[in-house]
Amino acid sequence: MIELTIDKKKVRVEQGTTILKAAQQVGIEIPTLCHFELCDMGIENRPGGCRVCVVEVEGRRNLAPSCITEAEDGMVVKTHNIRVLNARTTVLKLIISDHPFNCLVCAKSGHCELQSLATQFGIRSLPYEGEQSHYRKDTSPSIIRDVDKCIMCRRCEMMCNEVQTVGALAAVNRGFMSVVAPAFEMNLVDSPCTYCGQCVSVCPTGALTEVDHTNDIIRALSDPAKTVVVQTAPAVRAALGEEFGLDPGTLVTGKMVAALREMGFDYVFDTDFSADLTIMEEGTELLQRIRGHLAGDSSVRLPILTSCCPGWVNFFEHNFPDLLDVPSTAKSPQQMFGAIAKSWFAGKIGVNRKDLIVVSIMPCLAKKYECQRDEFKTDGSPDVDFSISTRELAAFIKQANIDFLNLPDEDFDDPLGESSGAGVIFGNTGGVIEAACRTAYELHTGKALKKVDFHELRGVEGIRSAVIDFDGLKLNIGIAHGLGNARKLLDEVRAGTSHYHAIEIMACPGGCIGGGGQPYHHGHSEILAKRAAAIYAEDERKPIRKSHENPSIIRLYDEFLGHPGSQKSHSLLHTEYFPKSNEVSIYLNGHNGK
Amino acid sequence: MSQKLSIAAEVFAYMEDLAGTDGIAVKVNLSKEKIEKINQVCNAYHNDPGELINVLHETQHEFGYLPAEVQDVIAHNLHLSVAHVYGVVTFYSFFSMIPKGEHPVSICTGTACYVRGAEMVLEEFKKELHVKVGETTPDGRFSINCLRCVGACGLAPVVLVGEKVYGRVSPDGVKAILEEYRK
Repeated sequence: MIELTIDKKKVRVEQGTTILKAAQQVGIEIPTLCHFELCDMGIENRPGGCRVCVVEVEGRRNLAPSCITEAEDGMVVKTHNIRVLNARTTVLKLIISDHPFNCLVCAKSGHCELQSLATQFGIRSLPYEGEQSHYRKDTSPSIIRDVDKCIMCRRCEMMCNEVQTVGALAAVNRGFMSVVAPAFEMNLVDSPCTYCGQCVSVCPTGALTEVDHTNDIIRALSDPAKTVVVQTAPAVRAALGEEFGLDPGTLVTGKMVAALREMGFDYVFDTDFSADLTIMEEGTELLQRIRGHLAGDSSVRLPILTSCCPGWVNFFEHNFPDLLDVPSTAKSPQQMFGAIAKSWFAGKIGVNRKDLIVVSIMPCLAKKYECQRDEFKTDGSPDVDFSISTRELAAFIKQANIDFLNLPDEDFDDPLGESSGAGVIFGNTGGVIEAACRTAYELHTGKALKKVDFHELRGVEGIRSAVIDFDGLKLNIGIAHGLGNARKLLDEVRAGTSHYHAIEIMACPGGCIGGGGQPYHHGHSEILAKRAAAIYAEDERKPIRKSHENPSIIRLYDEFLGHPGSQKSHSLLHTEYFPKSNEVSIYLNGHNGK
Repeated sequence: MSQKLSIAAEVFAYMEDLAGTDGIAVKVNLSKEKIEKINQVCNAYHNDPGELINVLHETQHEFGYLPAEVQDVIAHNLHLSVAHVYGVVTFYSFFSMIPKGEHPVSICTGTACYVRGAEMVLEEFKKELHVKVGETTPDGRFSINCLRCVGACGLAPVVLVGEKVYGRVSPDGVKAILEEYRK
């Protein structure tokens, strides 16, 4: 341990601690910009590039960036004397001098960290006039890159390369011309981008944002010829409240339903319903594959991998095209919902497919891409028309002038709004496989599950494993969240050394609660923990906690599908995967991107 | 024909095919031998991602430039993303994604050559060849680059064409130098 003095306060820290963290221990928050951390997940970005966090260290000639300077024994640090404050202000003014001034119309306004710092430092004039760097805007199905707003903090690069190992983004070119871009300055759509949206979730400015479909939905809602139904993903209810000032982890399920009804959606349904449906199909497939394997059928591939997460699906299509027969063929809950809504439900209410619009509210940006995939269309019309993020919904509710906090709690509509606790926990890492275990156990053993909570499958470690005893049949379960962790498990599968029977994978750290479309957490990992706790709390208060006991699911099979894995199920609820090449095929030579 | 030139020829053949299309999209089909050559370079550096710059240096020495397909192979071998490799290639001005001409013209713009009028010599080459610094003529014969001091300041301003050194070059002499290679 070493002892140092920060702003006249003595602090004792471990050797190797940065001044920034030492200061935090005595309650001093030094402002940062490029620095980013999700400490529970071991995620950190500290290039020491922006110099907003500089402090004065007695005896040193230059100010020191506190995020990368290690504390030393006997050090005397001042974090807010006039020299430090002047330096920070100058640094901010210089950064802003190469940043567009159109904050009024920026998607990130109100959530922008550069804007917050400018406010905090009372910047009222911009003395540095000069050239600003310009670069073309790039729009993909999910993500918009507007790198004129980029401040080169390189958080996105860290997320994309180190955490997700996707490798779509890197800093390219030099000096004033440098930008974060895909290889050869291709567009995102031609890159190995999975649309997981983690770059968007950490971008401090409006350089990376989601494609906004709010206006498409307003148009659909105002068209009297259309019946508009909406589905809400499990993780949305655990985070939406944050946008209205509620504490992280406050469940707003009832208010969210009321708001959607007030906005004019004809039916407010729940993706939790189709999560239960996913369990019926995926759980059945899991049991079939495991039983086949145990019976010695060599054509059966194990482990089986979950397939609910579209970022993950994109990732394995890009990086593991040789393993496309390993993931479950079950569609994601979003797409199962769309398929059932536009067949069974449309038939029930007597509405033509073309007059039924399905909207999804997702914690995810990859869902925007997923619903546009060709295999999820019938004669060119998609099963899910528009997917918007939790953030877009919050903005939409505000735009619609709805007093969210004072709304009464309302219930989802029937029949696609009924769900079990198993459907809810899809929002957390480990939740899908826990839900699958609840159902698969009872289907396999024919016995009632005594304890529905599988605590051994929960947690925040990037890779977890557990052995679940199915009455003598011991299943090795693997769980990974974050695509870098997924890659490790997939490399084992490819090498033939994987000992798992089933693996759940979620692209985003924490699972959907940490999705790229959720309210910005600004590096506060405790927010993710509170959302996760809220999801488990919602599960606990549900009267039904196993997917196969959901009465609407039972009815759907009785009236329409037959049984899990039936021919009808296969045509509506299962899909196939396509290899995506990572090879460089077409690119612009040199610097034509400018 | 040397290996360098054979690749350049492939590229130009392809560029010709694309004549009339927008932009200069260059696609290089790497032969097995060329991929093997890159693999050898990477192996010599134990496929260590920390050796990226050395690998790029040596590969550019072999090929004359670093087309996208070459970067792709290097990224794969070194377990790096192509975006990262491209980032390094575009950061250092030494690395080029444009093939050098058959006769690379290098004009020294170091201090001594500069004060003796290198700038005007450079302008004359640009005018004669209708290309900018770092570019190659459409026929693939000449490219222009600047360098900083070849250690022959007594001969300033100095120009190199390939390995051949020309001293005390004046703008008037540019045409004559190029004529030697235009035959």
